[in-house]
Amino acid sequence: MCNDSKCDKQAFQKSRRKVLKGLAAGIGVLALPAPDAAASVWETFFQKHFRELTRDELKKVLARLESNYSKEFGQQVSVKATPPIEGVKFGYGLDLSRCIGCRRCVYGCVTENNQSREPQIQWIRVLQLDKEKGVSLEHAKHYYNPPEVPTEGHFYMPVQCQQCENPPCTKVCPVQATWMEKDGIVVVDYNWCIGCRYCMAACPYGARHFNWAKSKLPKEELNPNTHYLGNRPRPTGVVEKCTFCIQRTREQPGRYPACEEVCPVGARKFGNLLDPKGEIRYLIENKRVFILKEDLNTQPKFFYFYAT
Amino acid sequence: MKINLRRSLSLAIGLTALGATLISAAEVEKFFDRQGNLVVQEKVEKYKRRADEGTSYPVPPPPFSDGIFPCSDCHAGMEPDPERRELVGMHADIILDHAEGQRWCLDCHNLNDRDSLRLVNGDLIPFTESYLLCGQCHGDKLRDWKVGIHGKRTGYWNGEKQYLLCAHCHDPHSPSFKPLAPMPPPIRPENIRREAAPVAPVPH
Repeated sequence: MCNDSKCDKQAFQKSRRKVLKGLAAGIGVLALPAPDAAASVWETFFQKHFRELTRDELKKVLARLESNYSKEFGQQVSVKATPPIEGVKFGYGLDLSRCIGCRRCVYGCVTENNQSREPQIQWIRVLQLDKEKGVSLEHAKHYYNPPEVPTEGHFYMPVQCQQCENPPCTKVCPVQATWMEKDGIVVVDYNWCIGCRYCMAACPYGARHFNWAKSKLPKEELNPNTHYLGNRPRPTGVVEKCTFCIQRTREQPGRYPACEEVCPVGARKFGNLLDPKGEIRYLIENKRVFILKEDLNTQPKFFYFYAT
Repeated sequence: MKINLRRSLSLAIGLTALGATLISAAEVEKFFDRQGNLVVQEKVEKYKRRADEGTSYPVPPPPFSDGIFPCSDCHAGMEPDPERRELVGMHADIILDHAEGQRWCLDCHNLNDRDSLRLVNGDLIPFTESYLLCGQCHGDKLRDWKVGIHGKRTGYWNGEKQYLLCAHCHDPHSPSFKPLAPMPPPIRPENIRREAAPVAPVPH
Protein backbone atom coordinates (compact mmCIF):
# COMPACT_ATOMS: atom_id res chain seq x y z
CA MET A 1 0.00 0.00 0.00
CA CYS A 2 1.45 3.33 0.89
CA ASN A 3 3.69 4.52 3.57
CA ASP A 4 2.34 6.99 6.01
CA SER A 5 3.86 10.14 4.70
CA LYS A 6 2.69 9.46 1.13
CA CYS A 7 -0.87 8.76 2.29
CA ASP A 8 -0.88 11.90 4.31
CA LYS A 9 0.21 13.89 1.32
CA GLN A 10 -2.55 12.44 -0.87
CA ALA A 11 -5.13 13.03 1.78
CA PHE A 12 -3.94 16.60 2.13
CA GLN A 13 -4.03 17.17 -1.62
CA LYS A 14 -7.56 15.84 -1.84
CA SER A 15 -8.78 18.00 0.96
CA ARG A 16 -6.97 21.05 -0.44
CA ARG A 17 -8.72 20.59 -3.76
CA LYS A 18 -12.04 20.31 -2.00
CA VAL A 19 -11.39 23.44 0.00
CA LEU A 20 -10.43 25.39 -3.10
CA LYS A 21 -13.51 24.15 -4.93
CA GLY A 22 -15.71 25.14 -2.06
CA LEU A 23 -14.02 28.50 -1.83
CA ALA A 24 -14.53 29.18 -5.53
CA ALA A 25 -18.17 28.21 -5.34
CA GLY A 26 -18.58 30.38 -2.29
CA ILE A 27 -17.05 33.40 -3.98
CA GLY A 28 -19.19 32.74 -7.00
CA VAL A 29 -22.29 32.77 -4.85
CA LEU A 30 -21.13 36.02 -3.27
CA ALA A 31 -21.07 37.61 -6.70
CA LEU A 32 -24.74 36.82 -7.22
CA PRO A 33 -27.35 39.27 -6.04
CA ALA A 34 -28.50 38.78 -2.47
CA PRO A 35 -31.28 36.16 -2.26
CA ASP A 36 -33.70 38.73 -0.94
CA ALA A 37 -32.94 41.21 -3.77
CA ALA A 38 -35.86 42.50 -5.81
CA ALA A 39 -36.93 40.38 -8.76
CA SER A 40 -35.78 43.11 -11.17
CA VAL A 41 -32.23 42.79 -9.87
CA TRP A 42 -32.20 39.09 -10.71
CA GLU A 43 -33.74 39.82 -14.10
CA THR A 44 -31.07 42.42 -14.80
CA PHE A 45 -28.39 39.97 -13.71
CA PHE A 46 -29.55 37.29 -16.12
CA GLN A 47 -30.50 39.66 -18.98
CA LYS A 48 -29.20 38.59 -22.38
CA HIS A 49 -27.12 40.70 -24.75
CA PHE A 50 -29.29 43.36 -26.40
CA ARG A 51 -28.95 41.84 -29.84
CA GLU A 52 -29.91 38.38 -28.63
CA LEU A 53 -33.14 39.46 -27.01
CA THR A 54 -36.30 38.22 -28.66
CA ARG A 55 -39.07 40.71 -29.22
CA ASP A 56 -40.94 39.59 -26.10
CA GLU A 57 -37.84 39.63 -23.96
CA LEU A 58 -36.98 43.12 -25.18
CA LYS A 59 -40.47 44.29 -24.29
CA LYS A 60 -40.04 42.93 -20.79
CA VAL A 61 -36.61 44.54 -20.42
CA LEU A 62 -37.95 47.93 -21.53
CA ALA A 63 -40.92 47.67 -19.21
CA ARG A 64 -38.64 46.77 -16.30
CA LEU A 65 -36.35 49.72 -17.01
CA GLU A 66 -39.28 52.08 -17.41
CA SER A 67 -40.74 51.09 -14.08
CA ASN A 68 -37.35 51.30 -12.35
CA TYR A 69 -36.55 54.74 -13.76
CA SER A 70 -40.05 56.05 -13.17
CA LYS A 71 -39.76 55.02 -9.53
CA GLU A 72 -36.28 56.49 -9.18
CA PHE A 73 -37.06 59.83 -10.81
CA GLY A 74 -40.65 60.22 -9.68
CA GLN A 75 -42.04 60.74 -13.16
CA GLN A 76 -43.11 58.72 -16.19
CA VAL A 77 -39.96 57.74 -18.09
CA SER A 78 -40.20 56.07 -21.48
CA VAL A 79 -37.47 53.75 -22.74
CA LYS A 80 -37.65 53.00 -26.46
CA ALA A 81 -35.61 50.65 -28.58
CA THR A 82 -36.49 52.15 -31.94
CA PRO A 83 -34.60 50.18 -34.63
CA PRO A 84 -32.57 51.84 -37.43
CA ILE A 85 -34.48 53.23 -40.40
CA GLU A 86 -33.94 51.32 -43.64
CA GLY A 87 -31.74 53.13 -46.17
CA VAL A 88 -30.33 55.59 -43.68
CA LYS A 89 -26.72 56.14 -42.71
CA PHE A 90 -26.30 59.15 -40.49
CA GLY A 91 -23.65 61.74 -41.19
CA TYR A 92 -22.72 64.95 -39.45
CA GLY A 93 -21.19 68.16 -40.70
CA LEU A 94 -19.55 70.90 -38.67
CA ASP A 95 -18.68 74.23 -40.21
CA LEU A 96 -15.37 75.37 -38.73
CA SER A 97 -15.67 78.75 -40.40
CA ARG A 98 -18.82 79.42 -38.35
CA CYS A 99 -18.22 77.86 -34.92
CA ILE A 100 -17.49 80.53 -32.30
CA GLY A 101 -16.75 78.18 -29.40
CA CYS A 102 -19.68 79.22 -27.20
CA ARG A 103 -20.22 75.66 -25.83
CA ARG A 104 -24.00 75.83 -26.22
CA CYS A 105 -23.80 72.40 -27.86
CA VAL A 106 -22.02 70.89 -24.85
CA TYR A 107 -24.80 71.80 -22.45
CA GLY A 108 -27.58 71.14 -24.95
CA CYS A 109 -26.20 67.62 -25.17
CA VAL A 110 -25.87 67.21 -21.40
CA THR A 111 -29.54 68.12 -20.84
CA GLU A 112 -30.89 66.04 -23.71
CA ASN A 113 -28.83 62.96 -22.97
CA ASN A 114 -29.04 62.84 -19.17
CA GLN A 115 -25.30 63.01 -18.59
CA SER A 116 -24.06 62.96 -15.02
CA ARG A 117 -23.70 66.47 -13.61
CA GLU A 118 -21.45 65.39 -10.77
CA PRO A 119 -19.00 63.85 -11.45
CA GLN A 120 -19.21 65.80 -14.65
CA ILE A 121 -19.55 63.96 -17.96
CA GLN A 122 -19.73 65.85 -21.24
CA TRP A 123 -19.84 64.14 -24.62
CA ILE A 124 -18.73 67.22 -26.56
CA ARG A 125 -15.37 68.87 -25.99
CA VAL A 126 -14.77 72.21 -27.69
CA LEU A 127 -11.16 72.90 -28.60
CA GLN A 128 -9.73 76.36 -29.04
CA LEU A 129 -7.07 76.36 -31.72
CA ASP A 130 -4.65 78.98 -32.98
CA LYS A 131 -5.34 80.31 -36.44
CA GLU A 132 -1.60 80.50 -36.97
CA LYS A 133 -1.09 76.82 -36.24
CA GLY A 134 -4.23 75.41 -37.84
CA VAL A 135 -5.71 72.09 -36.74
CA SER A 136 -2.81 71.21 -34.48
CA LEU A 137 -4.22 69.26 -31.57
CA GLU A 138 -1.15 69.61 -29.36
CA HIS A 139 -1.87 73.34 -29.24
CA ALA A 140 -5.55 72.88 -28.44
CA LYS A 141 -7.01 74.45 -25.32
CA HIS A 142 -10.06 72.91 -23.62
CA TYR A 143 -10.50 75.21 -20.65
CA TYR A 144 -10.61 78.61 -22.32
CA ASN A 145 -13.01 80.97 -20.58
CA PRO A 146 -12.86 84.56 -21.85
CA PRO A 147 -15.81 86.93 -21.28
CA GLU A 148 -16.73 86.66 -24.95
CA VAL A 149 -16.00 84.33 -27.83
CA PRO A 150 -14.62 84.17 -30.45
CA THR A 151 -11.31 85.70 -29.40
CA GLU A 152 -8.75 87.22 -31.72
CA GLY A 153 -6.55 84.76 -33.55
CA HIS A 154 -8.48 81.64 -32.57
CA PHE A 155 -10.89 79.22 -34.11
CA TYR A 156 -12.87 76.49 -32.43
CA MET A 157 -13.38 72.81 -33.08
CA PRO A 158 -15.97 70.81 -31.15
CA VAL A 159 -15.01 67.15 -30.91
CA GLN A 160 -17.43 64.36 -30.09
CA CYS A 161 -17.90 60.76 -31.21
CA GLN A 162 -17.03 60.68 -34.89
CA GLN A 163 -19.25 57.63 -35.48
CA CYS A 164 -16.45 55.86 -37.34
CA GLU A 165 -17.35 53.45 -40.09
CA ASN A 166 -14.28 51.46 -39.02
CA PRO A 167 -14.49 51.96 -35.26
CA PRO A 168 -11.48 50.89 -33.20
CA CYS A 169 -13.51 51.05 -29.98
CA THR A 170 -15.89 48.23 -30.88
CA LYS A 171 -13.06 45.91 -31.91
CA VAL A 172 -11.37 45.93 -28.52
CA CYS A 173 -14.47 45.27 -26.45
CA PRO A 174 -13.94 41.84 -24.86
CA VAL A 175 -17.68 41.23 -24.40
CA GLN A 176 -19.08 42.89 -27.53
CA ALA A 177 -21.05 45.36 -25.47
CA THR A 178 -20.48 48.05 -28.10
CA TRP A 179 -21.09 47.84 -31.84
CA MET A 180 -22.06 49.82 -34.92
CA GLU A 181 -25.74 49.79 -35.83
CA LYS A 182 -27.06 49.58 -39.41
CA ASP A 183 -27.61 53.35 -39.52
CA GLY A 184 -23.97 53.88 -38.60
CA ILE A 185 -24.43 54.85 -34.96
CA VAL A 186 -21.93 53.26 -32.58
CA VAL A 187 -23.84 52.26 -29.45
CA VAL A 188 -23.22 50.72 -26.04
CA ASP A 189 -25.40 48.19 -24.21
CA TYR A 190 -25.00 49.59 -20.70
CA ASN A 191 -26.39 46.40 -19.21
CA TRP A 192 -23.73 44.29 -20.93
CA CYS A 193 -20.71 46.59 -20.48
CA ILE A 194 -18.29 45.31 -17.87
CA GLY A 195 -16.50 48.65 -17.49
CA CYS A 196 -13.02 47.55 -18.57
CA ARG A 197 -12.55 50.82 -20.48
CA TYR A 198 -10.57 49.23 -23.31
CA CYS A 199 -12.78 51.16 -25.73
CA MET A 200 -11.81 54.44 -24.12
CA ALA A 201 -8.17 53.61 -24.66
CA ALA A 202 -8.84 52.62 -28.26
CA CYS A 203 -10.80 55.73 -29.23
CA PRO A 204 -8.47 58.30 -30.81
CA TYR A 205 -10.98 61.12 -30.25
CA GLY A 206 -11.54 60.90 -26.49
CA ALA A 207 -15.20 60.45 -27.22
CA ARG A 208 -16.01 57.78 -24.64
CA HIS A 209 -16.68 58.56 -21.01
CA PHE A 210 -16.80 56.42 -17.91
CA ASN A 211 -19.32 56.55 -15.10
CA TRP A 212 -16.94 56.57 -12.16
CA ALA A 213 -19.67 57.18 -9.60
CA LYS A 214 -23.43 57.11 -9.30
CA SER A 215 -24.47 59.94 -11.56
CA LYS A 216 -26.05 62.88 -9.81
CA LEU A 217 -28.85 63.87 -12.09
CA PRO A 218 -31.48 66.15 -10.53
CA LYS A 219 -34.95 64.62 -10.91
CA GLU A 220 -36.42 67.72 -12.48
CA GLU A 221 -33.64 67.84 -15.08
CA LEU A 222 -34.20 64.31 -16.37
CA ASN A 223 -35.21 64.03 -20.01
CA PRO A 224 -37.88 61.31 -19.79
CA ASN A 225 -37.82 60.54 -23.52
CA THR A 226 -35.09 57.89 -23.63
CA HIS A 227 -33.69 55.11 -25.77
CA TYR A 228 -32.22 51.84 -24.49
CA LEU A 229 -28.99 52.41 -26.44
CA GLY A 230 -28.92 56.13 -25.85
CA ASN A 231 -29.82 58.57 -23.14
CA ARG A 232 -31.48 56.37 -20.51
CA PRO A 233 -29.93 56.90 -17.06
CA ARG A 234 -26.68 54.96 -16.91
CA PRO A 235 -25.57 52.67 -14.12
CA THR A 236 -22.21 53.15 -12.41
CA GLY A 237 -19.18 51.50 -13.98
CA VAL A 238 -20.15 51.63 -17.66
CA VAL A 239 -18.93 53.60 -20.66
CA GLU A 240 -21.12 56.05 -22.54
CA LYS A 241 -20.82 58.18 -25.66
CA CYS A 242 -22.58 60.34 -28.23
CA THR A 243 -25.28 58.47 -30.15
CA PHE A 244 -26.33 61.24 -32.58
CA CYS A 245 -29.31 61.61 -30.22
CA ILE A 246 -30.63 58.18 -31.18
CA GLN A 247 -33.84 58.84 -29.23
CA ARG A 248 -34.64 61.77 -31.55
CA THR A 249 -33.12 60.92 -34.90
CA ARG A 250 -34.54 57.42 -35.32
CA GLU A 251 -38.11 58.64 -35.18
CA GLN A 252 -40.34 59.26 -38.19
CA PRO A 253 -40.09 62.21 -38.63
CA GLY A 254 -36.81 62.43 -36.74
CA ARG A 255 -35.78 65.57 -34.99
CA TYR A 256 -32.31 66.97 -35.44
CA PRO A 257 -29.81 66.14 -32.67
CA ALA A 258 -29.86 68.48 -29.67
CA CYS A 259 -26.43 69.96 -30.48
CA GLU A 260 -27.59 70.85 -33.98
CA GLU A 261 -30.75 72.44 -32.65
CA VAL A 262 -29.03 74.57 -30.03
CA CYS A 263 -26.11 75.90 -32.09
CA PRO A 264 -26.60 79.69 -32.34
CA VAL A 265 -24.51 80.08 -35.48
CA GLY A 266 -25.89 77.16 -37.49
CA ALA A 267 -22.48 75.51 -37.74
CA ARG A 268 -23.88 72.02 -37.22
CA LYS A 269 -25.43 69.96 -39.99
CA PHE A 270 -27.00 66.53 -39.81
CA GLY A 271 -28.61 64.19 -42.29
CA ASN A 272 -28.66 60.98 -44.24
CA LEU A 273 -25.43 60.19 -46.06
CA LEU A 274 -27.31 57.95 -48.48
CA ASP A 275 -29.63 60.75 -49.62
CA PRO A 276 -27.96 62.32 -52.68
CA LYS A 277 -30.06 65.48 -52.26
CA GLY A 278 -29.42 65.81 -48.52
CA GLU A 279 -27.39 68.53 -46.86
CA ILE A 280 -24.54 66.22 -45.86
CA ARG A 281 -23.94 65.07 -49.42
CA TYR A 282 -24.20 68.67 -50.59
CA LEU A 283 -21.52 69.85 -48.23
CA ILE A 284 -19.22 66.92 -48.99
CA GLU A 285 -19.54 67.56 -52.70
CA ASN A 286 -19.38 71.37 -52.64
CA LYS A 287 -17.33 72.45 -49.65
CA ARG A 288 -13.80 71.94 -48.41
CA VAL A 289 -14.09 69.00 -46.04
CA PHE A 290 -11.68 67.29 -43.72
CA ILE A 291 -12.01 64.46 -41.27
CA LEU A 292 -10.16 64.28 -37.99
CA LYS A 293 -7.12 61.99 -37.82
CA GLU A 294 -7.77 60.66 -41.29
CA ASP A 295 -4.47 58.76 -41.20
CA LEU A 296 -5.86 56.33 -38.63
CA ASN A 297 -8.33 54.94 -41.16
CA THR A 298 -11.18 55.13 -38.70
CA GLN A 299 -13.39 56.52 -41.49
CA PRO A 300 -15.48 58.95 -39.44
CA LYS A 301 -18.97 59.93 -40.53
CA PHE A 302 -18.33 63.32 -38.96
CA PHE A 303 -17.19 65.89 -41.50
CA TYR A 304 -15.58 69.17 -40.60
CA PHE A 305 -15.96 71.69 -43.39
CA TYR A 306 -15.44 75.30 -44.34
CA ALA A 307 -18.51 76.87 -45.91
CA THR A 308 -16.60 80.00 -46.87
CA MET B 1 -65.00 74.76 -90.99
CA LYS B 2 -67.46 77.51 -90.27
CA ILE B 3 -69.12 75.52 -87.52
CA ASN B 4 -65.77 74.70 -85.99
CA LEU B 5 -64.83 78.34 -85.96
CA ARG B 6 -68.11 79.32 -84.36
CA ARG B 7 -67.77 76.62 -81.77
CA SER B 8 -64.25 77.58 -80.85
CA LEU B 9 -65.27 81.21 -80.74
CA SER B 10 -68.06 80.50 -78.28
CA LEU B 11 -65.69 78.35 -76.26
CA ALA B 12 -63.20 81.18 -76.14
CA ILE B 13 -65.88 83.63 -75.03
CA GLY B 14 -67.01 81.21 -72.36
CA LEU B 15 -63.49 80.75 -71.07
CA THR B 16 -62.90 84.48 -71.00
CA ALA B 17 -66.08 85.03 -69.02
CA LEU B 18 -65.09 82.30 -66.60
CA GLY B 19 -61.63 83.77 -66.26
CA ALA B 20 -63.09 87.22 -65.68
CA THR B 21 -65.31 85.98 -62.85
CA LEU B 22 -62.35 84.17 -61.29
CA ILE B 23 -60.21 87.26 -61.51
CA SER B 24 -62.92 89.56 -60.20
CA ALA B 25 -63.38 87.18 -57.26
CA ALA B 26 -59.68 87.29 -56.53
CA GLU B 27 -59.40 91.00 -57.00
CA VAL B 28 -61.69 92.06 -54.18
CA GLU B 29 -60.00 92.44 -50.83
CA LYS B 30 -61.85 92.86 -47.56
CA PHE B 31 -60.29 94.07 -44.34
CA PHE B 32 -60.94 96.22 -41.32
CA ASP B 33 -59.14 99.52 -41.22
CA ARG B 34 -57.69 101.04 -38.07
CA GLN B 35 -61.02 102.65 -37.16
CA GLY B 36 -62.69 99.25 -37.33
CA ASN B 37 -64.69 99.89 -40.51
CA LEU B 38 -64.97 97.16 -43.09
CA VAL B 39 -63.20 98.12 -46.28
CA VAL B 40 -63.91 96.35 -49.57
CA GLN B 41 -61.53 97.31 -52.29
CA GLU B 42 -59.88 96.02 -55.40
CA LYS B 43 -56.89 93.91 -54.63
CA VAL B 44 -53.62 95.11 -56.01
CA GLU B 45 -51.05 92.47 -56.87
CA LYS B 46 -48.22 93.92 -54.82
CA TYR B 47 -45.64 91.20 -55.19
CA LYS B 48 -44.58 89.80 -58.53
CA ARG B 49 -44.52 86.06 -58.96
CA ARG B 50 -41.01 84.65 -59.09
CA ALA B 51 -39.45 81.61 -60.64
CA ASP B 52 -38.88 79.65 -57.44
CA GLU B 53 -42.27 80.39 -55.98
CA GLY B 54 -43.83 77.31 -54.48
CA THR B 55 -40.54 76.31 -52.92
CA SER B 56 -41.24 77.21 -49.38
CA TYR B 57 -38.72 78.27 -46.80
CA PRO B 58 -40.79 78.36 -43.63
CA VAL B 59 -39.48 81.12 -41.39
CA PRO B 60 -40.65 82.61 -38.10
CA PRO B 61 -41.92 86.21 -38.20
CA PRO B 62 -39.20 88.76 -38.97
CA PRO B 63 -37.42 90.11 -35.87
CA PHE B 64 -38.90 93.60 -35.84
CA SER B 65 -38.23 95.95 -32.95
CA ASP B 66 -41.29 96.33 -30.73
CA GLY B 67 -44.09 98.32 -32.32
CA ILE B 68 -42.11 99.23 -35.43
CA PHE B 69 -44.19 97.26 -37.94
CA PRO B 70 -46.26 97.99 -39.97
CA CYS B 71 -44.19 100.96 -40.97
CA SER B 72 -47.21 102.49 -42.66
CA ASP B 73 -48.68 103.19 -39.22
CA CYS B 74 -46.47 106.26 -39.15
CA HIS B 75 -45.38 106.61 -42.75
CA ALA B 76 -48.85 106.56 -44.32
CA GLY B 77 -49.46 110.19 -43.56
CA MET B 78 -45.94 111.36 -44.30
CA GLU B 79 -44.62 112.92 -47.44
CA PRO B 80 -41.97 110.56 -48.85
CA ASP B 81 -38.60 112.25 -49.11
CA PRO B 82 -36.28 110.49 -51.57
CA GLU B 83 -33.36 112.73 -50.79
CA ARG B 84 -30.30 111.00 -49.42
CA ARG B 85 -29.64 112.36 -45.96
CA GLU B 86 -28.62 111.67 -42.39
CA LEU B 87 -31.70 110.79 -40.33
CA VAL B 88 -32.43 112.80 -37.22
CA GLY B 89 -35.02 111.98 -34.58
CA MET B 90 -36.75 108.75 -35.59
CA HIS B 91 -34.46 105.86 -36.67
CA ALA B 92 -31.38 107.85 -35.65
CA ASP B 93 -30.43 104.85 -33.48
CA ILE B 94 -29.79 102.81 -36.61
CA ILE B 95 -26.14 103.03 -37.50
CA LEU B 96 -25.48 101.57 -40.89
CA ASP B 97 -22.40 99.37 -40.78
CA HIS B 98 -23.01 97.50 -43.99
CA ALA B 99 -21.29 99.02 -47.02
CA GLU B 100 -22.55 102.34 -45.72
CA GLY B 101 -20.56 104.37 -48.24
CA GLN B 102 -22.43 102.77 -51.10
CA ARG B 103 -26.01 102.76 -49.92
CA TRP B 104 -28.61 104.24 -47.70
CA CYS B 105 -32.13 103.40 -46.41
CA LEU B 106 -34.05 103.54 -49.67
CA ASP B 107 -31.76 101.15 -51.48
CA CYS B 108 -33.54 98.34 -49.62
CA HIS B 109 -36.60 99.99 -48.06
CA ASN B 110 -39.28 101.08 -50.47
CA LEU B 111 -40.08 104.77 -50.85
CA ASN B 112 -43.80 104.61 -51.52
CA ASP B 113 -44.77 101.55 -49.51
CA ARG B 114 -42.69 101.19 -46.37
CA ASP B 115 -44.24 97.84 -45.49
CA SER B 116 -42.30 96.22 -48.31
CA LEU B 117 -38.69 95.87 -49.26
CA ARG B 118 -37.44 96.68 -52.71
CA LEU B 119 -35.06 94.70 -54.89
CA VAL B 120 -32.66 96.50 -57.21
CA ASN B 121 -34.82 95.61 -60.18
CA GLY B 122 -37.72 97.47 -58.59
CA ASP B 123 -39.69 94.40 -57.50
CA LEU B 124 -41.33 94.63 -54.12
CA ILE B 125 -41.00 91.80 -51.61
CA PRO B 126 -42.51 91.30 -48.14
CA PHE B 127 -40.25 91.35 -45.08
CA THR B 128 -40.86 87.61 -44.73
CA GLU B 129 -38.85 87.05 -47.92
CA SER B 130 -36.02 89.39 -47.09
CA TYR B 131 -33.52 86.66 -47.98
CA LEU B 132 -34.13 87.55 -51.61
CA LEU B 133 -32.92 91.05 -50.89
CA CYS B 134 -29.78 89.86 -49.10
CA GLY B 135 -29.17 87.30 -51.82
CA GLN B 136 -28.75 90.04 -54.41
CA CYS B 137 -25.20 90.58 -53.15
CA HIS B 138 -24.68 87.42 -51.10
CA GLY B 139 -25.75 84.97 -53.77
CA ASP B 140 -23.45 82.20 -52.56
CA LYS B 141 -24.87 82.46 -49.05
CA LEU B 142 -28.43 82.38 -50.36
CA ARG B 143 -27.65 79.27 -52.38
CA ASP B 144 -26.16 77.57 -49.31
CA TRP B 145 -29.00 78.77 -47.11
CA LYS B 146 -31.61 77.22 -49.36
CA VAL B 147 -30.03 73.77 -49.06
CA GLY B 148 -29.54 74.22 -45.32
CA ILE B 149 -25.78 74.70 -45.24
CA HIS B 150 -25.60 78.39 -44.35
CA GLY B 151 -27.49 79.31 -41.24
CA LYS B 152 -29.39 77.42 -38.66
CA ARG B 153 -32.09 75.03 -39.76
CA THR B 154 -34.15 73.12 -37.23
CA GLY B 155 -37.09 70.77 -37.29
CA TYR B 156 -36.86 67.24 -38.68
CA TRP B 157 -33.93 65.88 -40.62
CA ASN B 158 -36.33 63.70 -42.63
CA GLY B 159 -39.35 65.97 -42.42
CA GLU B 160 -40.37 69.58 -42.24
CA LYS B 161 -37.66 72.07 -41.61
CA GLN B 162 -37.72 75.47 -40.06
CA TYR B 163 -35.47 78.13 -41.57
CA LEU B 164 -34.43 81.44 -40.11
CA LEU B 165 -34.31 84.70 -42.03
CA CYS B 166 -30.87 86.27 -42.49
CA ALA B 167 -32.08 89.05 -40.19
CA HIS B 168 -32.69 86.63 -37.31
CA CYS B 169 -28.94 86.20 -36.86
CA HIS B 170 -27.52 89.23 -38.69
CA ASP B 171 -28.75 92.72 -37.97
CA PRO B 172 -29.25 93.94 -41.55
CA HIS B 173 -27.84 97.34 -40.65
CA SER B 174 -24.77 95.83 -38.99
CA PRO B 175 -24.60 92.23 -40.09
CA SER B 176 -21.45 90.80 -38.54
CA PHE B 177 -22.31 88.14 -35.96
CA LYS B 178 -21.92 89.54 -32.46
CA PRO B 179 -19.66 87.76 -29.91
CA LEU B 180 -21.29 85.69 -27.16
CA ALA B 181 -20.35 84.78 -23.62
CA PRO B 182 -19.17 81.16 -23.62
CA MET B 183 -20.76 78.62 -21.30
CA PRO B 184 -18.59 77.27 -18.46
CA PRO B 185 -15.53 75.20 -19.36
CA PRO B 186 -15.39 71.56 -18.27
CA ILE B 187 -14.01 70.73 -14.82
CA ARG B 188 -10.35 69.81 -14.98
CA PRO B 189 -9.80 66.12 -14.20
CA GLU B 190 -7.60 66.95 -11.21
CA ASN B 191 -10.47 68.92 -9.68
CA ILE B 192 -13.18 66.35 -10.17
CA ARG B 193 -12.48 64.36 -7.00
CA ARG B 194 -11.39 67.23 -4.79
CA GLU B 195 -14.35 69.45 -5.48
CA ALA B 196 -17.24 68.06 -3.50
CA ALA B 197 -19.29 70.86 -4.91
CA PRO B 198 -23.08 70.68 -4.84
CA VAL B 199 -24.66 69.87 -8.17
CA ALA B 200 -25.03 73.09 -10.07
CA PRO B 201 -28.07 73.26 -12.34
CA VAL B 202 -27.17 73.16 -16.00
CA PRO B 203 -27.20 76.73 -17.28
CA HIS B 204 -29.71 77.36 -20.00
